[in-house]
Parts: sequence; C-alpha cells; structure tokens
Amino acid sequence: MSAPSQTRRDVLATTAAAGAVSLLNQQTSDAVEGNSTIRPFRIDVPEEKLSDLRRRIAATQWPEKETVEDTSQGVQLRTMQSLARYWATDHDWRKVEAKLNALPQFITEIDGLDIHFFHVRSKHDNALPLIVTHGWPGSVIEQLKIIDPLTNPTAYGASASDAFHLVIPSMPGYGFSGKPTSTGWGPERMGRAWAELMKRLGYARYVAQGGDWGAFVVDQMGLQAPAGLLAIHTNMPATVPADVDKALQVGAPPPSGLSAEERRAYEDLIKTFKQVDYARIMGSRPQTLYGIADSPVGLAAWLLDHNDADGQPAAAVASALNRTTSATGELTRDEILDNITLYWLTNTGVSASRLYWEYKGGFFNAKSVSIPVAVSVFPGEQYQAPRSWTERAYPKLIYYNKVDEGGHFAAWEQPELFSAELRAAFRPLRQP
Amino acid sequence: MDTIRTEDIDHDRRRLLGAAAKGIVAAGAASLLPAQSVAAPDDAIRPFRINVPEADLVDLRRRIIATRWPDRETVNDRSQGTPLAKLQELVRYWGTDYDWRKVEATLNALPQFVTTIDDVDIHFIHVRSNHPNALPVIVTHGWPGSVIEQLKIIDPLTNPTAHGGRAEDAFDVVVPSLPGYGFSGKPTGTGWDPDHIARAWAELMKRLGYTRYVAQGGDWGTPISSAMARQRAAGLLGIHINLPATVPPEVAAALAGGPVPAGLSDKERAVVEALMISGKNGNLAYFTMMTARPQTVGYGATDSPAGLAAWVLVHPGFAEWSYGDDTGKSPTRDDVLDNITLYWLTNTATSAARLYWENGARGSVIVAAAQRTAEIALPVAITVFPEDVYRPPETWARRAYRNLIYFNEVNKGGHFAAWEQPELFSAELRAAFRSLRPTH
Repeated sequence: MSAPSQTRRDVLATTAAAGAVSLLNQQTSDAVEGNSTIRPFRIDVPEEKLSDLRRRIAATQWPEKETVEDTSQGVQLRTMQSLARYWATDHDWRKVEAKLNALPQFITEIDGLDIHFFHVRSKHDNALPLIVTHGWPGSVIEQLKIIDPLTNPTAYGASASDAFHLVIPSMPGYGFSGKPTSTGWGPERMGRAWAELMKRLGYARYVAQGGDWGAFVVDQMGLQAPAGLLAIHTNMPATVPADVDKALQVGAPPPSGLSAEERRAYEDLIKTFKQVDYARIMGSRPQTLYGIADSPVGLAAWLLDHNDADGQPAAAVASALNRTTSATGELTRDEILDNITLYWLTNTGVSASRLYWEYKGGFFNAKSVSIPVAVSVFPGEQYQAPRSWTERAYPKLIYYNKVDEGGHFAAWEQPELFSAELRAAFRPLRQP
Repeated sequence: MDTIRTEDIDHDRRRLLGAAAKGIVAAGAASLLPAQSVAAPDDAIRPFRINVPEADLVDLRRRIIATRWPDRETVNDRSQGTPLAKLQELVRYWGTDYDWRKVEATLNALPQFVTTIDDVDIHFIHVRSNHPNALPVIVTHGWPGSVIEQLKIIDPLTNPTAHGGRAEDAFDVVVPSLPGYGFSGKPTGTGWDPDHIARAWAELMKRLGYTRYVAQGGDWGTPISSAMARQRAAGLLGIHINLPATVPPEVAAALAGGPVPAGLSDKERAVVEALMISGKNGNLAYFTMMTARPQTVGYGATDSPAGLAAWVLVHPGFAEWSYGDDTGKSPTRDDVLDNITLYWLTNTATSAARLYWENGARGSVIVAAAQRTAEIALPVAITVFPEDVYRPPETWARRAYRNLIYFNEVNKGGHFAAWEQPELFSAELRAAFRSLRPTH
C-alpha cells in the first residue's frame, strides 16, 4: 500500500500514541499479509492543529463586502465574518470528535486505498445491512443523526423488524479515508469498493443508500448489481429522459409534451444548472483550489456555496447558520462547522474536489439501473423527480414517495423522516 | 500638477497612499496630509506614487512560508490545474528571493495619476512622447492582468525611434487600472460593466485634453475598447483589439451544443474545433465561476497567496507558461509575480473577479452578437496572435466589424500579447493606426 496521506498519518500516529491501537505495527504487518484486515480506528486530532486553525481564522485577510445586498455574488461577507468569529472562538471540535469516537470506526484497504467507515450493528435479529454514502460538500457527519433511528428503531416508534445494520464509509479523498494518488476513483470504482467492503463485513444480503455523490455511487452499484445487493434507495434520483436531458444541456425551453410536474422539474433543473459553476471548476481544475487548502475561510465559503431548491447557499444551510440549538434534529451551526472542520483537519478540500474531475458522465440523466430501486423525493432537493420520469428511469421501482420536509442534505436536515423513509422503502425486501 | 491630494478611497489603497504620502513627505516633494482638508475639484488629476509598507511585504512572506498545501494532483500534466510541484517552486521563490521593490520602482519611475470618475478613483500611467503630433492611445488590460502587462510597450510606443519605428509613429500612452484592479478604487455598488468603464475612459481622455485619440485592448480591454467605439466616444478615431468578438451566430449556436454549420472553410472549421476542445477541456470554468460567484471564489484567493497565484495561473493564457524556467521568454517569473503581488498587496482578487459578474448577462466576450459588434461604425483594427485563446479567421472578423481597417495574423505571441511580444505588439499598433493619424 502507499503511505497514508500526511494529515491522516498525523492523526493515526496520535491514535497509536493514545494506545487505542498500534497502527504503526499494523503497517508493518500489512506489508506481509496485505491490508484486507479491518482495523479499528479512532480520531485524536493534535491540539496544535486546532490552535493552528484558530490562528489562521483570526489572521484571515478579508475581501471587501460584495457590491449587492443579497447572495447573488456568493457567500456574503457578513455571513463569513460572523461564522469565522464563532469558529475561532466558540466552536468545539472535541465535541464532534467524541461523538465520532463513540461509534465503532474502522479502516480497511480496498483496491489500494484506505477506506474509513462506521459500522454500527443493530441489537435486533435479522436487521438488514445497509451502506449509506454521503456526498460533497458533506461527509460521514451528515449521517450521524440517522444512526440511532436506523439501528435502534424501537426507540423511535418503529418496529424491531425495521432495524438496519449500518455501514457509513468516507468516500476516497474525503474525511479519514485515504486520498487517491492516481486517477480512476469515480463513482464506478467506489461502487465496486463498497461491494467489496460489504463482502468483507460478511454481509451476503444488503441494501445501499445515497444522496448527492452517494446517489451516483448507488446508481453505479445498481448497474453493477454485485452479489448480495438487493436494492438501492436514492434521494437524488437520476431520472431525466434522454431527449429532455439534451434540451437541458443547451438550456432550451421545456420540450413540448411535458406534464405540469415534469415541466416544473425541468425548470428546477435549468435553475440548478445555473448554480453549479462550483462543480464546473472542480470538474476541470480541482488542483487550482489551493486557496481552500490554505485558508479556513476560503474553504468554508467554498463548502457553503452549494445550492438547494430554495437558495445558493442552500436555504437549509443558511438557516442552520442562525440555529444554535435544535431539539428536533434540525441542522445547527455547530454541525455545519463540524463538517467544515473535518475537511480542514484532514486537508481534503482539494482531494474531495477531484471526484468532480473523475466523473465524466451526465448528472441527472437516467442511467438504466435494472435492480429494485426506492426513491424519496425531498421538497428542498435541487429538483423534484416526477413519478413519471422515475418509473421510466428505474423500471423496477419498488417505492416512490414525496415527503413534506427536507432538502438536499436530507439525512442531515430531517434524520427521523429520512430514517422512516428507509424503513418503508426497504420493508418489502426483508426476509420474513 | 503642483498639488498632491489624497482622500478616502478603499481601505487598502488608503494604506498605500498614506505610506506613499510619508515617502513623499520624507523626500520633501509635497505634503499629502494637509491637502485632505482642501476640497479637490471633482475632475482633479492627482499625481500618484506607490510605496507599499514594509509590514505588508513581511506579512506576505510570512503567509507564504505558512502555506498549507493540498496533496499532489493525480495526473502528470496540467489537466487538473496548476501542478503542486510547479506552484511550490514558484511560491518558494516568491517568499524568498522575489523583490517587489524592483517593480515598485519601475512603476514609480513612470508618471502615475489618480482621478475620480463616477465616484471611483481611477489610477493610470500617462506617458507623453517627446515627438510632436504623437497619437494618444488608451491601452486597457484584462484579467488576470494589470498595468504591469503593459510596462514593456510604453517605451516602444512613446519612443518609437529607439525601437526601429519612425517619429511619426509615436504615441502618447495612457494605461489605466480597471475599477477594482490594482491601484484603482473598488466599486462599492453594481454597474461597473465594460460599457460603464468605456464611458469612464472617454471621460479620462477628455480630462487629459485629448480630442483625437485611439483605444486598444485585449482580454477585458477588448469589450471595453469596443464599447468606446460603439458609444462613439468623443474624439475616438478607431480601436485596435487583440481578442476580437468574431464568432458568428451559427457558430455560437454550435458551441452551445447545436449542430456544426455547413459550409465552413477549413480554417473556420479548425477554429470551431479548437473552441469546442477548449470548452470540453474546462478552459472556461474560471470564467463562469467568477461570473456566477465572485465573492465565493474571492475568499481563498484573498486570504492565501498560493491560492491567489494558482487562481491567476488558471487562465488559459498561462497554459503554456514555463513558470519562468524559460528565462528568455516574457513574461518572466518576476513579471508574473509582479502582477500577482500587485493583486495581493491591493487585495483585489475579489473586486477584480466582479467584472465577470458585471458582464454576466452579456455573455461571451468572443461572440459577435453578444458584444454587439454590428453597432460599431468606427474603424477597427485587429491583430491575431497565434497562441491566444482562439484564432479568429479574417472571414469572421469582416462579418463582425463592418469597418475593419486592419487585420493581421502575426507569427508569435499569445493571450498576453503586449507582455509576451512587446516589440511586435507595438509594431502592430503603429501599422494598425497609421491610416488614422490626422495629417498635419
């Protein structure tokens, strides 16, 4: 295997020093026996990294204010300055670090790359194994609030027969997974790696779920149909018919013959394609983004500027920045900063961007997935996949539901609702 | 001018001006501070000198040394952007041996001024020729450039006899910094698009007393010079542009995903194919990103010197740049760092990016219809530099500009033509404008 990245090695070395597990010895033995072993993992970021982060935030050189009174030029200066102030003074990484370390975390090498993942088994018999994949600008932190509802459904008003064993990997180049040093780690290869991961964990029958890049990964898994994969659930379905997609790519007016629902989806997509220049630059020149590796504020602004149906930055994220506490699981400022801080501490701003460069396919176009597929449509998602398109795109559609709340970061925004959707979506696949 | 004034501008430039004032005071030239209480006439032209505080240079070097780098790109070419090793080498030099004071002295050796137009301070270099009847020319830079791009053409244009030209080819040269760029002020409201800048340039030339002049530009300088022509700026005789908007409607449609039109010549087809490949390779992503989200892209480029350098170098005009390894080739490593350092010291990464946002609705700078070239009646001269981002065919140029008085494709030079090939560029301006010179 190749040496882990500098950042992760620092973290790993600290872990070793903390006596949780000796990774250095592990590396030696890896050379002998290969790395298909599954090694426990803990996070312990050196204090020096946290003080360096605070120092950098305090020393930020700022641009002047945007020349408009809205978000039409990007993330507003006052938003960034207020967030930076809180980040440097009151945000506490150790809290989320403790939360992550309270969960069983592991690393295993697949296809030459270290893959970090949570693996939380339900106490219920016959729980259905489920692998959930995050996207950009997210991480495993997006999925933290669905872990208990999915593994422990009886505590949430659901039945024991709805329980899942949960696997939540960090994508290559993201979080505590390794950073690819050569090309090829697109959604296709990730799909194969996830199948290998589930196999290694001994799961012979399982399901997969994803939104954002996770949706691309589960679509690829659906196309690859690895042994044991029963079905996928996606909250960012790729349903756009070929002729419609063609019109979309040139920004044409809606093709004739669309239903009202399809027409609305078309218009949402036109709008979305006007808000994805971040994807274009990461898709073509990810290495140019040195500023997000060197500047915490540069990184934060970059990660905040992802759109949803209601805004860019996403309305759900913008409102979270004003929410300091949440009784019902809604997204808070601390969670937004937990995720950004994870990118910072692992120095993965650029490596995460490369996923856009790796992927050369279409975005929302139907991809001919032939295994059973379940779809939840969240109202704040970039577009509302119409049932008509969804049925055509996924001929074995086993579940389609439009819910009332939640958006692009569905698991993060509406963890209970999201979990309820997964229970309902996968219920028909469970063995009696 | 015998009085020097300063006033409230933006914070960064005020610091520089303050320091400049101290420098000048120390030199006994004039006292800037008392002048603040004297109301300046709105159209006053104030001398300007640069004197960056040493603390700013120390801070820059400190930030460079503290750069946190990403991991290496996963390819062995430039297809993911500026390669890590090349940028590290450049930035290492920037933080150690590079000397801003050299270019500062070069700039200060030229007559520099500031004048307020439409509430924004416009910085410019103004060099008059020794030759009588020199033709005034206003030369406009683009992004990611600055007046530093034009330094090497000033002597050839003002002093042609020292460069193989004739006295009657002399120019009086005006080189302004765009609003939001370099030592010009930063607009605090919207509306400073190329059309607005064009009107400001006309006002500038009027303030300088020029009643008959020409305009030149590449990159953003092209839409600005073209807008001056479209607006029939008083006294403007004609323009020379080196990134002309020639792409005809049917080709623009093809580039947007439509069918490739029939009946193209081999040369035209080659240009279409090159443009399509360039688009596929992602060469326009920086353009659309700054058009859409200048503030978002600005934070990292404002806070990180390495981030700024890489963002400047993302421009396809640098695609073949050797990072200074080819020491005989202009721009040199120092030239490029002079320009990047100017952006850094004036904190203009974000304000400069906003010009793309301002242009937003107008769209492509190379499409004739988008730039409304059909409305230009004044004489237009074009030089095509072969390594520029596209090589407009003469057939398209003739369709786009009905009063095309000069079209020449030269055999070397690229997007930063004045910077790369100053002598050739200057010779082109002499030839292009010869027929427009008033006879005396």
